[in-house]
Amino acid sequence: MLNILKSLFGGEKQSSRDIARDRLKVVLIHDHANITPEVMEHLREDIIQVISKYMIIDKNDMQVALENDENSVALVANIPVRKMKHFR
Amino acid sequence: MSQVIVVTSGKGGVGKTTTTANIGVGLAMRGKSVVLIDTDTGLRNLDLLLGLENRIMYDLVDVTEGRVPYKKALVRHKKFETLFLLPTSQVKDKSSINPAQLIVLCNELRKEYDYIIIDCPAGIEQGFQTAIAAADTALVVTMPEISAVRDADKIIGELGRADKDNIKLIVNRIRPQMVEKGDMLDMNDINDILSISCIGQVPDDEMVVTATNKGEPVIVSGSSLAGKAYTNIVGRICGEEIPFMEFPKEGFFARLKRAFGM
Repeated sequence: MLNILKSLFGGEKQSSRDIARDRLKVVLIHDHANITPEVMEHLREDIIQVISKYMIIDKNDMQVALENDENSVALVANIPVRKMKHFR
Repeated sequence: MSQVIVVTSGKGGVGKTTTTANIGVGLAMRGKSVVLIDTDTGLRNLDLLLGLENRIMYDLVDVTEGRVPYKKALVRHKKFETLFLLPTSQVKDKSSINPAQLIVLCNELRKEYDYIIIDCPAGIEQGFQTAIAAADTALVVTMPEISAVRDADKIIGELGRADKDNIKLIVNRIRPQMVEKGDMLDMNDINDILSISCIGQVPDDEMVVTATNKGEPVIVSGSSLAGKAYTNIVGRICGEEIPFMEFPKEGFFARLKRAFGM
């Protein structure tokens, strides 16, 4: 009976439409975060170039990756620094 | 100023060809000169929706390979004399035409026709890249279903990569009763998720099926809901401000009946 009343006066708490909307939002965030290895490599090289202006880094041990969370995406870089460059 | 419009979707079966046929006929009904190009090589269908399947002599590949001038391959519509179809090849494959050839052809057509509308194949491979190459505007057709929306998002990304910035969305096959019940995404939901402005929403309408059976796009009779929706889209393409249609709501008694399973 309660269900009948609910459907009469405007549906349940989370409708399948809401579920679809939430699932889509999450899946698109993940889709957008998928960049090709080629682009990732360009990004890595650009980061090395910029950082190398200020410090000497260990290129072989550095890691750059996109990390997917439930509902967000982060670019995480771990760059070992060997030495600072000194400016005068 | 003539315009080249590509109708695309990513996912198959969402109504690209139906949309192309209706917009083409709608523009011709307003007196515009229109060429519809079917680029779904190997899977010819636009001719059927327009009722022109028995009039085809040459196809797009004959034109791009230089066997006949395009004027010879164009099929004039029986009823709307400013509407022409350039059919696709039923025997060749999708690599038979390349983007450069289609750009050259569209530039020729621009000189003589108001609108050139390209029906794109499903998918994001070569055929898609060819179809979008010459377009000024892209109409992305989608459906209120998660897989279709995801594919539309992918297509929008691909269009962006090809520097196509003028993108408009059409949400096809909406079932208003299901939306009302909270069981289907509506235009605003999809708009919100894809962040692309909408140029039309078309209800799921049995009249589309009967129109297809007869080879006369649903916009011709104009009395059906889908026909009105397409008429509105055509108006918006021509630059008119037309409010989005309200779908008829299910009344209280219909809801009551449904709730009690009647």
